[in-house]
Amino acid sequence: MASVKIPDTKVEELKAICQKFRNDGSELINVLHGAQELFGYLPPEVQEIVADELNVSLAHVYGVVTFYSFFSMLPKGKHPISICMGTACYVRGAEKVLDEFKKLLKVKVGETTPDGKYSLSCLRCVGACGLAPVVTIGERVYGRVAAGDVKKILGEY
Amino acid sequence: MDIVKLTIDDKTLVVEKGTTLLEAAKTIGINIPSLCYMKLEDLNFENKPGGCRVCVVEVEGRRNLAPACKTVCEEGMKVQTHTVRVVNARRTVMELILSDHPAECLTCAKSGECDLQSVAQKLGIREIHYQGEQSHYKSDKSPAIIRDMDKCIMCRRCETVCNEVQTVGVLSAINRGFEAVVAPAFEMDLDHSTCTYCGQCVAVCPTGALTERDYTWKVIEALVDPTKTVVVQTAPAVRAALGESFGMEPGTLVTGKMVTALRKLGFDYVFDTDFAADLTIMEEGAEILDRLSKHLSGDKEVKLPILTSCCPGWVNFLEHNFADMKDIPSTAKSPQQMFGAIAKSYFAQKLGIKREDMVVVSVMPCLAKKYECTREEFSVNGDPDVNMSISTRELAQLIRNANLDFKQLADEDFDNPMGASTGASVIFGTTGGVIEAAVRTAYELYTKNELKKVDFEELRGMEGIRQATVDFDGLPINIGIAHGLGNARKLLEDIKAGKSTFHAIEIMACPGGCIGGGGQPYHHGNVEVLKKRQKAIYREDAGKAIRKSHENPFIIKLYEEFLGAPLSNLSHELLHTHYFDRKKKIEI
Repeated sequence: MASVKIPDTKVEELKAICQKFRNDGSELINVLHGAQELFGYLPPEVQEIVADELNVSLAHVYGVVTFYSFFSMLPKGKHPISICMGTACYVRGAEKVLDEFKKLLKVKVGETTPDGKYSLSCLRCVGACGLAPVVTIGERVYGRVAAGDVKKILGEY
Repeated sequence: MDIVKLTIDDKTLVVEKGTTLLEAAKTIGINIPSLCYMKLEDLNFENKPGGCRVCVVEVEGRRNLAPACKTVCEEGMKVQTHTVRVVNARRTVMELILSDHPAECLTCAKSGECDLQSVAQKLGIREIHYQGEQSHYKSDKSPAIIRDMDKCIMCRRCETVCNEVQTVGVLSAINRGFEAVVAPAFEMDLDHSTCTYCGQCVAVCPTGALTERDYTWKVIEALVDPTKTVVVQTAPAVRAALGESFGMEPGTLVTGKMVTALRKLGFDYVFDTDFAADLTIMEEGAEILDRLSKHLSGDKEVKLPILTSCCPGWVNFLEHNFADMKDIPSTAKSPQQMFGAIAKSYFAQKLGIKREDMVVVSVMPCLAKKYECTREEFSVNGDPDVNMSISTRELAQLIRNANLDFKQLADEDFDNPMGASTGASVIFGTTGGVIEAAVRTAYELYTKNELKKVDFEELRGMEGIRQATVDFDGLPINIGIAHGLGNARKLLEDIKAGKSTFHAIEIMACPGGCIGGGGQPYHHGNVEVLKKRQKAIYREDAGKAIRKSHENPFIIKLYEEFLGAPLSNLSHELLHTHYFDRKKKIEI
């Protein structure tokens, strides 16, 4: 068992999430959703506790975490930026928008800026194809974003 | 029994409901090529992710080709297994798989035994029409197993055996798409994980992605070193399987040819791990009786059931997962390690050489043995009791290297004193054998009566968990047997919960015991091979003049000349060990 660096109270909260799903291994994805909401990301220690509580192998937990792009093992920035790379957004220029974010923030996809303010990720379809290309920052959704808008959008934060 | 009637390649057949097309076709002699699919009958192993699509067939009325391994037979189905469309699809699938596979067949450890290679040959692939990026992963070299994931085809057999059969849970598919790979959590190396080195992943891997750590060159270096006396020991299960590597029928006993081959390879002394297995029984049997008599006289502290400790994969499993129970197994070292300890003390003294000038090589059906001999507690001042362990497959390779015509070799006998063994020690090679050997000795030591019938049929078989009660002249001894770590886990959890009523339990990590070890010639999914090896082991036992360990004259002599008695101070020092808490910490 790794030395748990996360505070005890958080560990208890995490265990409570597991219990909410009856410590059932087949609820792993739901538990991980809850855990990511609690911690912002899924560090190894969290995955270990989840594996122990649900009685599934650590490799299996890690497999699920790395399979779904929603789950992250890196701490998210204060303002998590997601660019939709679904078909509709992609054909309407999402890649150019992404490149602009990368250029201005000087990070790659999956990374967080050194000051912890922004993190950058891609996702597949937020279900707002009419607004393509779509960018989300935290809970906010920006539609019909062009590369030229990126600087202005970042200026809001 | 519900049945369905269908036709495959215009032949009508009737099968049990639920049968897959692949299995149904097999019953009428049609072997549909397959790659990811593998089933080990009776051993709780079935891998059919339907991922490779090599086994596709045409089903009348269906638009798409169907994977035979996953498609269940239905009433009235009409199936064609080798139409032009099917054959073309298979070839395309194979070419796509091969387009992301290193073309290193000539130097690959798996060449000649590779399922990917044989399917490619069967389909006559001569050109790969798809060129693209190839996946690359870091290689992982543990003391026992090497992972070269560039050669992985994502069949997931290793994952299935690790999780479902062994319940070790080290391997899982991680990442997705082109990045996907089978790996331990956080992509750590095997030696940082809770891998037991049982080697069952290697036993089922279709390609060279998982292979053993090869020590054959180290053996050759020792053999040509004039300052070293090189001693070899061979485990019981090796003689029942080595012949397969030379095209002999599974279950052919090649004990004599193996001895001759080892002598021709240049080993100074060809000894038998079976000798040490007899010694194990002396120590373990005495320990069983000691704990049992304490228990019978009302000692509440004594730990029962006692668990066998010969199998290093199982010991690793215990140390990783049940470390709080580490005082339950017998403290007797495994036969491999007992052999090393005696060879480098008793036998080295007889020869008048220093232990550092002796090299002990073991030939094992096992990959965990490679790790076991590196454990610190099994060395003296940095000199290991057993210098290196090679698998049955590696011995076959050494014999091929030396250009020996194995089948034509004459039979020779092991050297003395450490080559003499009894039938009891031979059966260590199969599930149920260690405990049967222990019972043969413990019965006579406890009752002081002669055991008339040495065969304990009730302890034999292939079921994953078996139990039997043996009558020690009025004292019923409850015995449990588990092979495969998933089965072992069940018995251990019962013990933990205080539900176990056994006095003694034998555990072997590999399905079938050592005959099915991770270092044996590849079975390619044919469980009959394991059963034939098992029969061979019992045949060898039945043919032995002496069948009880305590009657081995050289064991008696060893105690008289050197050790004193079982569980003596010297025995404790040389032949017993203890176990550790090895719950792994994450190291990324």
